[in-house]
Amino acid sequence: MQATGRLRGVLPGIIAKPNGNRSSDRLLIWLVVPVFIISILPILRLGFEGVMVGGVPSFDYFHDVLGNSSTWRATANSLYTAGLGTIISLLIGGAFAFLVALTDIRAKAALVFCFMIPMMIPPQITALSWVQLTGPSSALLNAIGMAPPLGSPQPLYSAEGIALLLGIQHASIVFLTLRANLRMLPREQIEAARLAGARGGRLWWQIILPLTSPGLIAGTAMAFVTALGNFGIPAMLGIPAGYQTLPTLIYQKLAGFGPSVLGEVSVLAMLIGAIAICGVALHHRLLSKRDYRLMGMVGRPLDVKLGARRSLVEMALWTVLVAILVIPLLALFTTALVPAFGVKLTFANATFEAFHEVMFVQPSTIRAFQNSFVLSVGAAVTLVLMCLPLAYVMVRRPSNLTKLINLLVEVPYALPGVVLAIACILLFIRIPLIDVSLYGTLAIIFVAYLARFLVIALRPVMNSFTQLDPALEEAAQACGAGLSRRLRDILLPLAAPSAAAGALLVFLTAFNELTVSALLWSAGNETLGVLIFNLDDSGDTVLASAVAVLVVLVVIALMSCFQLAARRLPKGVVPWQT
Amino acid sequence: MADINLSRITKCFGDYRAVNQVSLDIADGEFVALLGPSGCGKTTLLRLLAGFEEPDHGQISLGGQIMASPENNVMISPEDRNLGIVFQSYALWPHMTVARNVGYPLEVRGLGRADQDRKIAEALDIVALGPYANRSPSELSGGQRQRVALARCLVMEPRAVLLDEPLANLDVHLRETMQQAFLDFHRRTGATMIYVTHDQSEAMAMADRIAVMDKGHIRQMAAPETLYREPADLMVAGFVGAGAVLPVQGVTVGSNGNCSVQLGQSSITARICPKLADGLTTANAGLCLRPEDVWVIDDAPLRGQVDDCVYLGGRFRLSVRIGADQTLPVYANRRARIGEQVGLQVNDGWVFDRMSGEAA
Repeated sequence: MQATGRLRGVLPGIIAKPNGNRSSDRLLIWLVVPVFIISILPILRLGFEGVMVGGVPSFDYFHDVLGNSSTWRATANSLYTAGLGTIISLLIGGAFAFLVALTDIRAKAALVFCFMIPMMIPPQITALSWVQLTGPSSALLNAIGMAPPLGSPQPLYSAEGIALLLGIQHASIVFLTLRANLRMLPREQIEAARLAGARGGRLWWQIILPLTSPGLIAGTAMAFVTALGNFGIPAMLGIPAGYQTLPTLIYQKLAGFGPSVLGEVSVLAMLIGAIAICGVALHHRLLSKRDYRLMGMVGRPLDVKLGARRSLVEMALWTVLVAILVIPLLALFTTALVPAFGVKLTFANATFEAFHEVMFVQPSTIRAFQNSFVLSVGAAVTLVLMCLPLAYVMVRRPSNLTKLINLLVEVPYALPGVVLAIACILLFIRIPLIDVSLYGTLAIIFVAYLARFLVIALRPVMNSFTQLDPALEEAAQACGAGLSRRLRDILLPLAAPSAAAGALLVFLTAFNELTVSALLWSAGNETLGVLIFNLDDSGDTVLASAVAVLVVLVVIALMSCFQLAARRLPKGVVPWQT
Repeated sequence: MADINLSRITKCFGDYRAVNQVSLDIADGEFVALLGPSGCGKTTLLRLLAGFEEPDHGQISLGGQIMASPENNVMISPEDRNLGIVFQSYALWPHMTVARNVGYPLEVRGLGRADQDRKIAEALDIVALGPYANRSPSELSGGQRQRVALARCLVMEPRAVLLDEPLANLDVHLRETMQQAFLDFHRRTGATMIYVTHDQSEAMAMADRIAVMDKGHIRQMAAPETLYREPADLMVAGFVGAGAVLPVQGVTVGSNGNCSVQLGQSSITARICPKLADGLTTANAGLCLRPEDVWVIDDAPLRGQVDDCVYLGGRFRLSVRIGADQTLPVYANRRARIGEQVGLQVNDGWVFDRMSGEAA
């Protein structure tokens, strides 16, 4: 808070311009302070913690943590699973992106929609459903009599299992960035190469791949950083196998010893943050050398005729989708229907008892639904209310300060969730000056959500303000409408669809969130993500599956809302409609 | 309605002076065009007038009332200036009907519902869009949208109407119709109008006076025909109208604003800029020839070689080279072969100082 006080003194100096009498400039100061508190202060506090032991500057924590072999084993495991997972993402996402963007296959919208679902489903549910699919206790395999014999190992409880699911979970990231790139690839560039005599492999290797390399690099980097910070999958698959990655190591330390190990885990959090930053930095370095601005008619992308092979390609794509999406979810659903875990499912004994149990009977599950609902709705509403004026000022009155904010709001989202969670614990376990602790309350999760999802709500709104012709506002100004009047009559109605989309996206993401809340929850303040994890951990797999099925239904329903509203929204607001 | 005075207005963006010491007086009811190449500062000047930009120096007043004067800390915001603006992009609000778009200025002023409806109907009738009142702007064509924007200005009864390249988004056929619509609007309302464009034919067709701008300065402000016949400097001569400026020596000043100059082997009579005639040096004299000033006469003493021949419909435009690197555009009634020798008779011309304005 002291830092904030000082910031307030400095800010007018930064903002002061010759014509600093605009009301939007005054508005900016009031927006910067909360953004700074929720986005940057926790991270700064984290950096501070690692180098202070008992109030004295010291590198003891670094010595302890970096000298411990478990740190390096977890780091190596993190790099291995994230790396292998990224390769799998690249293969699946890349193939889908090239085929969807460049060929004449049918039902692209449906294909893309289904391909996006794995990204939107929370990772612990992905893990849970795959575990229900494979292994000896699979309800689905047992029901059709194909389960491996009892006692045989669960193949997914391994490094490769984790990598496979990370790869599936993040394939859509590669897909989205690559497809956005391919969409900008005008067909003239390919046609010019063909007229120059390039064909087949040469065309791919010398023209298409180099031109799409920015998208490939960006997608790879994003998939890697996201996989690195993923907690749900290594937690569900790695912990039973004793296989630790950095996020699960942090979780286990904190769960085992409580806040007394905060110094140590902040060093671990810094380590994972550093790896993530390296990934992003490498990505920027690679991209800076490739300024392939694509010229030509955008919107007429290549449309390769597959001819007789089209049906074959379509079948292959849908088969992959069935394998990575439909079958695991079917396994999850089957498990939710069995009367008790391990019982063979038949038509006679299938029951919705578990659903009834989690929705109406178990107080902990009802509470988790309520908590997650309150948190996500609260975060969505708060963030949109914050983002509307913030985005307006950032788009309409750009300055060095707004450029800085533009970078800062990315930080809590780009950094792995455990890093943010640790940072929030450190800052809010005892708030300086007012001596109040948010630790152990729902409020700390709420604040962390605000920090993490600010950018999700901000981007669509900024997007819509950017696409809004400034003349629309100036025309109103010339008509005599002041700022508040313009906001009410012109800007809000026009930005409302994007703001709603931003709010829905925040809701969707927060409703499923696990990583941040896994470190911040306390008894009575569980979220849905934590609940699924805990139920599965304590052996209540059927109940966990039932909750998971409900969450998946909510996700698909919300995604469908987006799909239906897509035409009314500005371009770029619905993430999978670029 | 009001007259507009700009006095030594300067506006910088960083180190770049978009508008540099511009002074301009526009009379009540006048139609003035700001003409210039892109980046010349004409749109910035319009936005300064509207109040969307604040000048760094100088003073803007409207009907005798100071609108902006940084030296005196005066800056009236756009919403309090009562100026109508028509944008290139129409700037109609997509979430409102045509009628509500037009009536919005009245809504902001808190006018009664009945008065609003009456004024909206009147304004829409003037732009011939009465039946479209309940449509959404997206259902209208480009020309119709621009007329809605015009009607929105009309209901405001503004002190002046500012138009920022309003025809740039329309196709060629529609432009002429819309030019007529603007002129009708001007005649009916008598509003002071300031029209920004980079299209000289648009400016010539509509404006009472044209201010030619370049690099933040006004190079010349005059009636269209004066601008065409008597350009003040090289930039104006080149930007307005077709033609060529040839460096000439041996200028002999005669009476009645005439002079004779040597062109090739022949001596021709031309009008001369008073500043040049008043005894200043004629070392940098330039002769501005418009295509219609030069006739192709087979036995004329001034000879040239045809470099190019383009059919314009009804007549041909020839590029005729005289001397080493001087080319004249000339109209002819017959096609000429490339390389053919033709005779040229110069009937009129304008001699001015080629270096004028370059120092500024």
